Amino acid sequence: MAAPATDRRAQQDAHPSGDERFALLDKALKRARFEQDQLVELLHTAQEVFGHLSDDVLIYLARQLRLPPSRVLGVASFYHLFTFEPPGDHICTVCMGTACYVKGAEDVVRETSEAFDVPAGETTDDGRLTLWTARCVGSCGLAPVVVFDGTVLAKQTPQDLIAHVRELLAAEDAAAEEEAG
Amino acid sequence: MAKVIDLDDVAVNEAEARSRYRWRIKVCSSTACDASGAGPAYRAVEQRVEEQGLEHDVQVVPTGCMGLCSAGPLVRTEPRGGQPTLFQEVNERVGADIVERHVKGREDLAEHQLDEGLPFFTRQERVVLSNAGRIDPERLEDYVAEGGYRALVSALRMRPRGLIETIEASGLRGRGGAGYPTAKKWGMLHDAVADEKYVVANGDEGDPGAFMDRAVMEDDPHRVLEGVTLAAYATGASKAFLYVRAEYPRAIKRLEQAIRTAKRQRLLGRNILGSDFSLDVEIRTGAGAFVCGEETALLASIEGQRGQPRMRPPYPTERGLYGRPTMINNVETLANLPDIVRRGPEWFRRMGTEVSPGTKVFALAGSLRHTGLIEVPMGLTLGEIIEEIGGGCPDGRAFKAAQTGGPSGGCVPASFRDLPVDFESLRQAGSIMGSGGLIAMDEGVSMPEVARFYMDFSQDESCGKCTPCRVGTLEMHRLLERICAGEGSHRDLELLEQLSRTVRETSLCGLGQSAPNPVASTLEHFRDEYLALLRDEPVGVAHG
Amino acid sequence: MARRQRPNVPVVIDGHEVMAYPDESVLSAADREGIRIPRLCALEGTSVHGGCRLCVVEVAERHKLMPACGTTVVEDMEVRTRSRSLDEHRKLICELLLAEGNHVCAVCVSNGACELQDLAEELGVDHVRPDYQFPRRSVDASHPKYTFDPNRCVLCTRCVRTCAEVEGAHVWDLAGRASGSHLIADLGQEWGEAPSCTWCGKCVAVCPTGALAWKGKAVGEMRHDPSLVAFLSSAREQGEWVDREALR
Repeated sequence: MAAPATDRRAQQDAHPSGDERFALLDKALKRARFEQDQLVELLHTAQEVFGHLSDDVLIYLARQLRLPPSRVLGVASFYHLFTFEPPGDHICTVCMGTACYVKGAEDVVRETSEAFDVPAGETTDDGRLTLWTARCVGSCGLAPVVVFDGTVLAKQTPQDLIAHVRELLAAEDAAAEEEAG
Repeated sequence: MAKVIDLDDVAVNEAEARSRYRWRIKVCSSTACDASGAGPAYRAVEQRVEEQGLEHDVQVVPTGCMGLCSAGPLVRTEPRGGQPTLFQEVNERVGADIVERHVKGREDLAEHQLDEGLPFFTRQERVVLSNAGRIDPERLEDYVAEGGYRALVSALRMRPRGLIETIEASGLRGRGGAGYPTAKKWGMLHDAVADEKYVVANGDEGDPGAFMDRAVMEDDPHRVLEGVTLAAYATGASKAFLYVRAEYPRAIKRLEQAIRTAKRQRLLGRNILGSDFSLDVEIRTGAGAFVCGEETALLASIEGQRGQPRMRPPYPTERGLYGRPTMINNVETLANLPDIVRRGPEWFRRMGTEVSPGTKVFALAGSLRHTGLIEVPMGLTLGEIIEEIGGGCPDGRAFKAAQTGGPSGGCVPASFRDLPVDFESLRQAGSIMGSGGLIAMDEGVSMPEVARFYMDFSQDESCGKCTPCRVGTLEMHRLLERICAGEGSHRDLELLEQLSRTVRETSLCGLGQSAPNPVASTLEHFRDEYLALLRDEPVGVAHG
Repeated sequence: MARRQRPNVPVVIDGHEVMAYPDESVLSAADREGIRIPRLCALEGTSVHGGCRLCVVEVAERHKLMPACGTTVVEDMEVRTRSRSLDEHRKLICELLLAEGNHVCAVCVSNGACELQDLAEELGVDHVRPDYQFPRRSVDASHPKYTFDPNRCVLCTRCVRTCAEVEGAHVWDLAGRASGSHLIADLGQEWGEAPSCTWCGKCVAVCPTGALAWKGKAVGEMRHDPSLVAFLSSAREQGEWVDREALR
């Protein structure tokens, strides 16, 4: 008896586009009871699931919540944590809070940006590194702070950070070469 | 329906369970210590305890922030009936040593010890942070063992009015910035008539350099929940929202978990502790907008809109969330409530000053020897905080100014070292208390540069709704850039001051109205530095 | 707006005793009395925005300036609409708006019939002190009937409110924030590609500048009619569907 029920649920959850990820978004929509005031929460979910907010996803949310598309994009583009371009393989976020700023975070951003030829807020041409700045990650005792792929790096000098990123990319290159060879 | 929790039972059981261990090793697992390597240190301690077969003697407890983040990771050992010891900069090796040499071998490991007799620790008075760094934030039992939820029990026996009177007697003022009397706000929501009323906990701590609320939410989540429940009971609200920045994923996780636990134990949800009072609590996350710390913008964000403030009046207590009466309290304000109710308003009034009773949590950062999270009685002088608690500037540099209140505050010069740090005094000195960021700057820092930094912040965080804030801050930032580059003129300075006035007086919300503060306060106290940067002579001065 | 009751709330505006309707805004009460308060975003017939800040006034016993459009009259309220500092603030705000966009009257369809231009003249703006921002914004002429020139947009949101509240289409909204705030149609595509636009033209009628205009208008030829929306909304309320005089 259990098997057919599971099948049916799987069928219901499948999205017409065939993109499984929409099923996850649908679940969140149901949990939110399709309430319009849950828009910000649902945008968070969508970004978690898809990595960024594409037009398709925004239109989908607009339809499901019965909101005007301009309202959905208007809200999404208001908040800085939402991104509309897919980020790179690695995300490097330099904290620009006051404590970090006083201890030289500006230099960290500038020199990292020069070293990898990527303006702050953007991704390198090869799509491997995204350089972002944050307002304050709340680890002021460790200033200047960098969050690299979700890990907090304390007391970073430009040299520390650049070496860390270079090392990581080189290790990846080596691994890729080994796999290819 | 689940049985009502017996708090005394829980506390007794917890004390008994603890007494079975001869040692408790507390490892700070807060965000800051984690970043300095608390994770590996914790695993090392745990592993050694196991290897040495000490599991029944030693309890390893992951705790929240112990305060002195600059010396992290911190570990505290507490022998049963003996003197506790605090260790600093604990890596894997030191962690292993603590178990093998200190706990087992009775060595004191003096070289790794951190003196708890430092003014950084002894000058503090911890209420809001009393459990931070002492308990495992993920366990309800830990909070209950420290007296948690007792305030709720006694409050539910009072009339809501009585609870408001208690808070009024304590003189508690909002910790979010302006210091509005909490009981007055409560009274307004209490008196508002509507089918549903809301309480909102403002955990959108956006000031760069401030992380007080994060510590409370991460390290003592049940305290926040108890505070919210007390506020809701006093005001007749049936639903509460916790608005937390998305940048604090750990705080969100801990609060979610705490809500689930509290609901299971009937400390939240329907018929709390068997009473007629019910409260539903929901977490809403911000998404990276400083302006959402402003009450009306925060409400817009909860409603799923652009976080743009709206005009007041009507005030949220009249017409707030979904058009219904709503009260917004800062997380730190809420976290004060359980202790005030449990220990009485007189106890609270003994701390702090006559008009600003109680304590204030500060995130101490910048050019200081000791940085981290502190909680001190209101009215301590700026000098005491900077020089004694913070240990002064490192490397013999001279202390120049303290920045309080973030982008909405100002810089107080070193000559104000005797200034008591409370709401009124700071405002008179041209700054504000704000949410509690306190950043020390030494002689190497240029004050126009500091003003430029904050203006850059404000012009980027402006919601864009009103003209003076959207364009005015942008133009002020341009002028400051020019002045800092040595290319500004006296005319630029004059325009900067006119813009400061217009932006302050005509902007729609608090963000715009206070955005010129960093410029105004540095101009007031450090005008010479601006003048020295200008490229031309003042108008009307004859050229030789 | 036509009302059934009589005005019965006495207020004092610039020394004049004025009788206002309950729930009426200071701006509306001043208008009826013939006291001119500068404004840009206020639009009768739509919700209050309160963003331009040009209509700020001094209200006795309030320590902050209040926007006249969003301040409801209270019995015996004392309002001052003019003072030296108010004049200074308004002038600078107008300069900020001029500096923010690319307002070149000489080539604008609304030259001679522009509310921003009128304001500059009224407030005595003879030059702009803040730096011109010279933003790069491209004109959207994709719509068959209308053009949108963001260089002339002052973000008053009259079009947004009119489209959402009166027409009910909600084509327009604001996106971005701070100095990056801008108007979008639907999902940010060109206006001509926005499926929800009904081509009703109300947004064009209410635009205070030349940002939204009829296609094919030459310099100085564009005439807006913001009162259209006031009529539409009050007509609906009052049931004045067939008043041909007002339609003309």
